[in-house]
Amino acid sequence: MESKLIVQHLTKIYGNNTAKAYEMLKQGLPNDEIRKKTKQVVGVRDASFAVNEGECFVIMGLSGSGKSTLLRCINQLIKPTAGKIILDGQNLAILPSKELIEIRRKKIGMVFQRFALLPNRTIVDNVAYGLEVQSMPRDERYKKSLAAIEMVGLKGWEHYYPANLSGGMQQRVGIARALATNPDVLLMDEPFSALDPLIRQDMQDELLEIQKKLHKTIIFITHDLDEALKIGERIALMKDAQIVQIGEPEDILLSPATEYVARFVENVNRSKALTASTVMMKPRSIIHPRTGPRTALHLMEKYGISSLFVTDQQGGLIGYIKPEDAAELINQGIKKLDTIIKDDAPTTNLDTPLSDLLEILAHTKIPVAVIDEQNILKGVLVRGAVIAGLAGERMRFDE
Amino acid sequence: MSNFFGLISEWFESIPRIPLAEWTDTMIAFLTLHLRGTTRAISEVLQTYIVGLQDLLTIIPPLLLILLIVIIAWRVAGKSVALLSALGLLFILNIELWDVTMQTLAMLIIAVFLCVLIGLPLGILAAKNHTVHRIITPILDFMQTLPAFVYLLPAIPFFGLGVVPAVITTLIFAMPPVIRLTNLGIKQVPHDLMELGESFGSTFFQILFRIELPLAKSTIFAGINQCIMLSLSMVVIAAMIGAKGLGGIVWSAIQTLNMGMGFEAGVALVILAIILDRITQSFGR
Ligand SMILES: Nc1ncnc2c1ncn2[C@@H]1O[C@H](COP(=O)(O)OP(=O)(O)OP(=O)(O)O)[C@@H](O)[C@H]1O
Ligand SMILES: [Mg+2]
Repeated sequence: MESKLIVQHLTKIYGNNTAKAYEMLKQGLPNDEIRKKTKQVVGVRDASFAVNEGECFVIMGLSGSGKSTLLRCINQLIKPTAGKIILDGQNLAILPSKELIEIRRKKIGMVFQRFALLPNRTIVDNVAYGLEVQSMPRDERYKKSLAAIEMVGLKGWEHYYPANLSGGMQQRVGIARALATNPDVLLMDEPFSALDPLIRQDMQDELLEIQKKLHKTIIFITHDLDEALKIGERIALMKDAQIVQIGEPEDILLSPATEYVARFVENVNRSKALTASTVMMKPRSIIHPRTGPRTALHLMEKYGISSLFVTDQQGGLIGYIKPEDAAELINQGIKKLDTIIKDDAPTTNLDTPLSDLLEILAHTKIPVAVIDEQNILKGVLVRGAVIAGLAGERMRFDE
Repeated sequence: MSNFFGLISEWFESIPRIPLAEWTDTMIAFLTLHLRGTTRAISEVLQTYIVGLQDLLTIIPPLLLILLIVIIAWRVAGKSVALLSALGLLFILNIELWDVTMQTLAMLIIAVFLCVLIGLPLGILAAKNHTVHRIITPILDFMQTLPAFVYLLPAIPFFGLGVVPAVITTLIFAMPPVIRLTNLGIKQVPHDLMELGESFGSTFFQILFRIELPLAKSTIFAGINQCIMLSLSMVVIAAMIGAKGLGGIVWSAIQTLNMGMGFEAGVALVILAIILDRITQSFGR
């Protein structure tokens, strides 16, 4: 896939004499030492990544790790000390200011942590701000703004003032404002951090809904792993101004690149105290010896799964079968599954904590069977569902 | 020990007096010589405007003008201020100080207008540029603390006698709050609203006119309000160099010890001040 946005060796040093600090940084001196020697603060240190068209890319890290700085370097609100920001093949870092203004107007929208609404303007005039600075005629910009307001579910509020709205609604206005100019890229700096947890989850769901329709390229900042896992297709983890790992949510969870990431992940598990029973899915299984290879293969194709558990009449786990083996049996005209059932299925108990499950999941390609004390198959664990469980989204057992 | 101080004071006395007064005189003589052409031209233009406005205000039938002011007061500041204005202005008309009050008002309007015209951009500049701010601040302190009489006199060689030097000295005295509060109002605009403007591709002037000035509005109006009040307090001083109006009445009342006349003019001034204060205050809201 084409990369929409490429960030290369981006470095930002705060201060009035960054040249010397940058030299030291290139020599590999740690941030602390650079700060002590030159009084310059390293905000972002040699960050590189690429974001695909339509991808939701999350940047996560603790407070002060440089997330906001990185985000603001992308649209040049902060001028980087070094590095390239390539959007659609154009390096924004060296763009003349006139062209930069054009890019900001047409291609990049931004959503702020503290909403940044203009208190003296009505909702619709807030949303229309981006169109207004493009000198769009009033009727046209109102039409577009109303469409954006409707998309975030605030229809009917357009003539109120920000002070009349709750925090969640204010941030919807912020999102509508960013959508109104129809940019390709959305920069979101901890957009939901100022909201209370329930509203926050609603807003996350809503963002995902909007994203399903609009397929924007989103750079989303958060310090909350739950949020990152839920929203991000890929996640970059920042620590001390550096990106320490980039990967899909499961990579981050299953193979943390550093001690730091591991601790971050562990915290989530502990706080959630989730077990296998809370994140398992309804098992797809067949009963032996009642079912033959044709039915088994049909089921696997129907559900798009690459292995199927086999139980006895009472639901006790026997093993699992693979589709290619079932197909082979059909070819040979054999009606019984006995020969292809594998009995090395990974299993776990209902109350195994999630942190241990990650270990098990990391070492297996087939789903993990969840069994009770009587060896009865109760559910299966698939990676996606476990990750989603971590992200706070309960899986429905029956669909 | 005493020997030591003796030496020091001996040394100090050997330093010649710094001729600040002479320098000032030379400087003013020099400036008068070279700038007089310009200042006199400015003076003439200003004179035309002030006299023009004075004529305009006195030509309009007083009752009509009172009605106009009351309507404005009612629109921007509400019923009670409108009532107050009506009573106050009718009282001024009744004690036959209408024409001189209008002279003062015209001078005031021109002075405040110039204060805003010059002070607002300077305030904006000071908010945007650290160097400008550092240069302007001590000058403003100087302008506000230097007794008005000290620059009242030098204004005469530049601008002659009459209403123009009065307006100029009023300017010097009353402009600082406009500059200071514009600067403050713009600096108080939250950082994320500036970022908002920038991130959506606003130009410098779009940010200024669509974000900063609207948000700084009430602070700026507080500055304009102060400017009006300071201008009013200069009315009597300005009369000493030939500005007429209410100040002129007070000044001649002082000279002739005519207390009743002085009091009447003083009351008219207070009425004018209260009306202008209430109206500009509600503009800021
Ligand atoms: N204007 C500035 N001048 C100097 N240092 C700054 C400036 N802005 C940020 N920094 C420093 O740069 C580092 C990164 O800050 P940044 O705001 O990017 O962190 P963050 O990850 O967004 O944190 P948070 O989660 O608190 O928003 C911090 O050490 C901060 O002190
Ligand atoms: Mg931040």
